[in-house]
Amino acid sequence: MAMAALRREGKRIAVPLISPNPINPLRSTLASSQEQTPFGVRSISTQIVRNRMKSVRNIQKITKAMKMVAASKLRAIQTKAENSRGLWQPFTALLGDTPSKLLIFIVYWVKGNRTHLKAVGSSSQLPHVEKFETSNITSKCYLPLSHSVGPRDYFLFVICGYADVHSLSGAFVAFQLENWSYQCAIICPLGVDVKKNVIVTISSDKGLCGGINSTSVKTSRGLYKLNSGPEKECKYVVLGEKAKAQLVRDSKKNIQLTLTELQKNPLNYTQVAVLADDILKNVEYDALRIVFNKFQSVVSFVPTVSTVLSPEVVEREAEAGGTLGELDSYEIEGGETKSEVLQNLTEFQFSCVMFNAVMENACSEQGARMSAMDSSSRNAGDMLDRLTLTYNRTRQASITTELIEIISGASALEG
Amino acid sequence: MLRQGSRCLLSRASAASMKWRRPLSTDLPAETAGDSKFVEAWKKLNPNQDPPKTPSSYMKPRPPTPSTIPSKLTVNLVLPYDSVLSGKEVDMVIVPATTGQMGVLPGHVATIAELKPGILSVHEGNEVNKYFLSGGFAFVHANSVADIIAIEATPVDRIDPNLVQKGLAEFQQRLNSASTDVEKAEAQIGVDVHSALNAALTG
Repeated sequence: MAMAALRREGKRIAVPLISPNPINPLRSTLASSQEQTPFGVRSISTQIVRNRMKSVRNIQKITKAMKMVAASKLRAIQTKAENSRGLWQPFTALLGDTPSKLLIFIVYWVKGNRTHLKAVGSSSQLPHVEKFETSNITSKCYLPLSHSVGPRDYFLFVICGYADVHSLSGAFVAFQLENWSYQCAIICPLGVDVKKNVIVTISSDKGLCGGINSTSVKTSRGLYKLNSGPEKECKYVVLGEKAKAQLVRDSKKNIQLTLTELQKNPLNYTQVAVLADDILKNVEYDALRIVFNKFQSVVSFVPTVSTVLSPEVVEREAEAGGTLGELDSYEIEGGETKSEVLQNLTEFQFSCVMFNAVMENACSEQGARMSAMDSSSRNAGDMLDRLTLTYNRTRQASITTELIEIISGASALEG
Repeated sequence: MLRQGSRCLLSRASAASMKWRRPLSTDLPAETAGDSKFVEAWKKLNPNQDPPKTPSSYMKPRPPTPSTIPSKLTVNLVLPYDSVLSGKEVDMVIVPATTGQMGVLPGHVATIAELKPGILSVHEGNEVNKYFLSGGFAFVHANSVADIIAIEATPVDRIDPNLVQKGLAEFQQRLNSASTDVEKAEAQIGVDVHSALNAALTG
């Protein structure tokens, strides 16, 4: 019965406050305040609501200040980031963008004593179809393709059975076919032509910056899935505490290197060059994929991946033709050998791309923090309004009950 | 059923590949073809996530190689903190390659040149702008676009000769007293840069 009375009291006070947002914590605090006062005393303590209002007001002030700080930091770093945008463009113009090269291998296998490996080309450039027969299936079957395998070519072979793809290099594809029987086709998309991928994830050290670190980590994980497979390995290099915390949970053994506290001193090229040098020295790679958030505007940050290929892969691709085919037509000036110049080029490209990536990520971090703090202070303002209404109602209700008691007592005495 | 499947794959693939030819890196639509493969592969593995963008989507496409030699050379000089020249049409540039000063005119053969500290001069009509470069790379493309990427580039008239002399003396002293290879290399780099600065001021 006491509970029913309390509930009725609670409802009378809370009814005008029915809003889409649940205010159960508020009601529970009010209910508890009623329980705490001894039964019979009608004045509900407004102290609790006042305390809550004070703390929400402080939070609002703090988040407003953080927003201002983030805005000023953003202004400072935004011009630098925009100026650094020209840095990676010449490299992309020269070497192209190589997120992945897709080669679908589907090998036809007819049952019987002979294996027919029929290379069915899809591009009009494929000169002729190679048919290869062998009676001994356990031996390795080499299928020399007279057309060199490039990034834009599809060679369709349907694999029926089990096939171990041994190597893919330029014009040769080697298969070892184990099983005879005619089974359903397994389409193996051989993702990339690089064996060792290193994903460099750039994130912030401090939190309260919205979802950008999570998006970077999700993108890195996606790239990891894309680039993992037989004979391929994929490692992480993590910059920043937040991504480290997230990646350590499930990919601890794949993280090769972590670097934190990048933003202790203002970012400049020398620092990033040293960082890039560090990474290049300690990590074996065929392709480096740098994941960061590109700053498009104060409210929009786009996850981007930039690829830097190692000099050996660049040479190989240039010889094989394709995206980097025209690289061979470029004269090399300086240095003793072409590979030396290519190595310097790769290192320089990596440091330039890293510099831009780190700056863009820092901008995105400040922008995201600005918007997060802005929405937080707005939310705190809303909460404060609701609390003020509750406070006033509580206060007025206690005054009313006191008056009722006095008046009813007085009228009881008279009449 | 299997043969049908491969045939329809074949037809789809051949239809798609009919448009492809060996692309130039200066040709943007070919880039998007490569990117679309990436996007497809991504969508297969991560259907709920948008694929990340790649740098070429943020770049303006480069002009294709013209059939005749153009009259002007387009120069882009970029530094980490600024683009000093972007898309400027000039008559000639002279870059300080490691093999010596290299002049680049419109229609120059495609080149990748490693640069050493030295003077870059940009000739346009009668005016010549000289910048002292700290080193970097220069790419000359077949479509008469020259990209010069350096770490620092200052106009020659902003260099203080006294500081150059002081620096040169200091680094030479350090070179003489250097003990480890690393120190020697650093001192040698300092000497090289300062002597190049000296030459830039006098020459």
